[in-house]
Amino acid sequence: MNEALFFFAGPIAVLTALGVVVLRNPFYAVLSLVVHLLSLSLLFLLLYAPFLAVIQVMVYVGAVMVLYVFVNAYVGGADDAGGGPGRPLRWLAGLISIGVAATFGIALLGSGLTAIDSDGAEVGADFGSPGQIGELLLTKFLLPFELASFLLLVAAVGAVVLARRRGGTLPGETRMIAALDLLAPTGTGSMREGIGAINPVPGAVNTKLPSGTRPDGGTASGGTASRDGGEDR
Amino acid sequence: MDIGWYLAVSAIVFAIGAAGVITRRNPLLVLLCLELMLGASSLALLAFAKMHGNLDGHVFALVVIVVAAAEVAVGLGIVVALYRNKVAVDVDELRELHG
Amino acid sequence: MSPTAAGWIVLALPLFGALALGLGFRLWRGPVAGIIGTATIGGSFLFSVLALIGLQGKDEQHRQIASSLWDYAKVGGVDVRMEILVDPLSVTMLLVVTGVSTLIHLYSMAYMRGDEGYSRFFAYLNFFVFSMLLLVLAGNFVLLIVGWAFVGAASYMLVSFWYRRTTATSAGIKAFVINVVGDIGLVLGAILLLSKTGTVDFLDTFAVAKETFGEGGTASTGSLTAGLLLIMVGAFAKSAQLPLHTWLPDAMEGPTPVSSLIHAATMVTAGVYLIARLHPLFQLSETAMAVGACIGLATLLVAGTIGLTQTDLKRVIAYSTMSQIGYMIMGVSAGAYVAGMFHLATHAFFKALLFMAAGSLIAAMAGEQSLDKMGGFRRAMPFTFAAFVIGGLALAGIPPFSGFFSKDEILAVLAEEGGWHWILVVGGYVGAFLTAVYTWRMIFRAFWGPPVPEAKELEEGHLHHADVHRNPGTGEIEDTDVGFPGPEHHIAERALPMRIAMGGLAVLAVLGGLLGIPKVLTPLEHFLEPTFADVAHPAHPGTGLILGGMAVGTLLGLAGIYVAYLIWARPLERGEPATAISAGWQQRFAPIHKLFVNKWWFDELIDLLIVRPTRAIGRLSHDAFERLVVGGALMGGATGATRGASALVRRAQSGFLRSYAAVVLSGLVVVLVVVLVAS
Repeated sequence: MNEALFFFAGPIAVLTALGVVVLRNPFYAVLSLVVHLLSLSLLFLLLYAPFLAVIQVMVYVGAVMVLYVFVNAYVGGADDAGGGPGRPLRWLAGLISIGVAATFGIALLGSGLTAIDSDGAEVGADFGSPGQIGELLLTKFLLPFELASFLLLVAAVGAVVLARRRGGTLPGETRMIAALDLLAPTGTGSMREGIGAINPVPGAVNTKLPSGTRPDGGTASGGTASRDGGEDR
Repeated sequence: MDIGWYLAVSAIVFAIGAAGVITRRNPLLVLLCLELMLGASSLALLAFAKMHGNLDGHVFALVVIVVAAAEVAVGLGIVVALYRNKVAVDVDELRELHG
Repeated sequence: MSPTAAGWIVLALPLFGALALGLGFRLWRGPVAGIIGTATIGGSFLFSVLALIGLQGKDEQHRQIASSLWDYAKVGGVDVRMEILVDPLSVTMLLVVTGVSTLIHLYSMAYMRGDEGYSRFFAYLNFFVFSMLLLVLAGNFVLLIVGWAFVGAASYMLVSFWYRRTTATSAGIKAFVINVVGDIGLVLGAILLLSKTGTVDFLDTFAVAKETFGEGGTASTGSLTAGLLLIMVGAFAKSAQLPLHTWLPDAMEGPTPVSSLIHAATMVTAGVYLIARLHPLFQLSETAMAVGACIGLATLLVAGTIGLTQTDLKRVIAYSTMSQIGYMIMGVSAGAYVAGMFHLATHAFFKALLFMAAGSLIAAMAGEQSLDKMGGFRRAMPFTFAAFVIGGLALAGIPPFSGFFSKDEILAVLAEEGGWHWILVVGGYVGAFLTAVYTWRMIFRAFWGPPVPEAKELEEGHLHHADVHRNPGTGEIEDTDVGFPGPEHHIAERALPMRIAMGGLAVLAVLGGLLGIPKVLTPLEHFLEPTFADVAHPAHPGTGLILGGMAVGTLLGLAGIYVAYLIWARPLERGEPATAISAGWQQRFAPIHKLFVNKWWFDELIDLLIVRPTRAIGRLSHDAFERLVVGGALMGGATGATRGASALVRRAQSGFLRSYAAVVLSGLVVVLVVVLVAS
């Protein structure tokens, strides 16, 4: 039974992982990842980790992947253009990944861990149950647990800060003015200012390229990597 | 089922994810490939936990999921900000820090 | 008041004056700076007199009093204290320095009145007097060296006083550099002595000198001689003796009161004072004494011959100063300490007087210093003329003027010592003849003959002022702002302070001989006795020797004046132009004249032996070592390596996120491979 499930889920996990990397359309890649994560959770179950399998499905497939789909739809889901200046990287990537897999494999085979060739330790029925993990989290791993919660808080705040609109307004947008904003020039503190599109810093070196060599704005699919590609968009 | 098989799957998926991080230019896809690598490491952790009959690995895997969630939140926030400010959503275009 | 307390106050007053003038130079308007400067130095003189009186009140065995305020440094068993030594020798020097300085300050109050740097001048002058007094009062080698170096610095500042004159600044640099050569000699000599005696204190050094360097002592006489020779290098540089004399004539670029005070009366006699101060050591080394005496003789002859041919008024007097200091060095080196100090004092009087008179004459010529352009000033400037005559007679050694007694006393003591000292005596008399000739050549050329236009103008009651101010040496055009001489000139006939100062010095120049008329009136010798009591074989010349020497000296002086009169005054009175006269004599003695007028080629010799090799080494090290090794290999190599390495590393910082990821993963692979291979 175990073997059957493993040889069902394992190859699917590998194939869908390949799909994530190979598929051009980000939407398909996300879908592929969803399948991959589902099969991964099946593998988790086989490893007597029911709690984590559930968490995996709930957090990843349920929340994270939905977020990916949302963002993908928002950003536009343009096909990932291959090539560009990183074309040699494609070959390099293959080499590196093969190298990683090979070295890991050799490490596993030659590790001398006899238990690898076994089913592992005999464990009870409640191995990996929420109760046991919860007990560990509140005793032995209390500090990592709290740090993880703090990390989540920071990430949440960071995400809000990154994604919200500050000061600057988009063209055609009406601006809401706070009392202190009157003291600052328009767009102060916005990311547009940060990339030099507005309120140029006095004395800063103007790094804009001559207009002829600038890749046309917006699509940014050009092959030339201009060092100030994002400056005046 | 031998633990070694799970570890093999983990290693292959990790390698595929690594290749994806190097080749993809869309930051969204780069993040996806990072999820692959994180998932692979979770699998390895759980496999070793089973091997030793010790639940510590489960806690680590949980932390990995937390880290992944945080990374997604920040990473996607950056992607949205890039898009909102009309900067190309392409990791190759984001090279202001080159030497 | 105790002599040491008076000594400290003598030191403090000029320091206070220098600080007040230097720091508050914007505050002092009009003649206030001059009054402050003169008053502080005058106060110093009064306290010097108090020190003298205090010293007279003690019995003769206790007239060498050291006083220290605090420990200057106490390191390695050597105790350096802030210490002054008040004894008859230093008090004599104090009186000469402060007395002459007071009169010269008074003179400068009027003479420098038109200069833009009036306050600065007095600040420098007060600083100089402080340094000189520190040198004189120093109770150990360390303070002596401090004062010695301060004096050199003050001399530099004052020679370069007109700092926009390039000739003045280069003369200042020359003076300073040569003085520093001497300073180094002095420091090395002091260190050498310190290493043998273990003390820097003068009295302690003298006390242990005999045990240390004498027969059966811990150190050889050779080391003492070496130390003394090094110290003499310092003395010769400061006192402008051969071959370190070339700075003194150039130092005449400074204002005339400076030449008068520093480069005639006080600073240049520091070498004489030093040898007299250290006489207990010199007594132990025959060689050092002989070297000093020979150098003194050579200097007095060389300077005298050069003085015959110079046409710059101040330079003639400067060479005369060198020559007279040669007498003093010869005297104190050969054991005629009292006579040497006596000549130092009288020389300070009449040479300062001559310089003051020269300053007055130069002012009447509106800054012109060439003798060729002067003449016939007798009627126009009677007071200056009188001062010149008194100074000239004293310098030429005509009785009863002061120079007569002091110079003849040196030569008489030398003659009494006998032996090879007779060479010195003969040379000294030759020098005396030369002195009379060049002194009176100067006076005849300036005051005899038909009056030059400037003199005529002055006779009509109008002081000549040049339309365009020029550097007297090079003829460059100058303005009269700060850094150049002022627009106004002041002559003794019209400025009371100058007349008072010159009158005072003239009286001293006439009556200075009363300090030491042999066998009749010897207050100076009696006063200095406690200091020189330890001299082993003091030479007291017999009456016959004294009278004979006096007769020879007088005859030679008169002969010199007569020769000068024959050569210069008579033809000038007949109306022959001065330049024609000198051209005639130059042709008659062409080779000798060439030697003299080129100053025996000492400047060229130093240039050839020291300056050029140094410059060649410098150029070599600059071209070869600095440019190729340091600049090329070391610096260029370092910057090149850094630049190359950074260019290499820069390329790695492409800014491509994906290549970074590739590098990280490659690193992972490499680490894994290494771990696998190792296990």
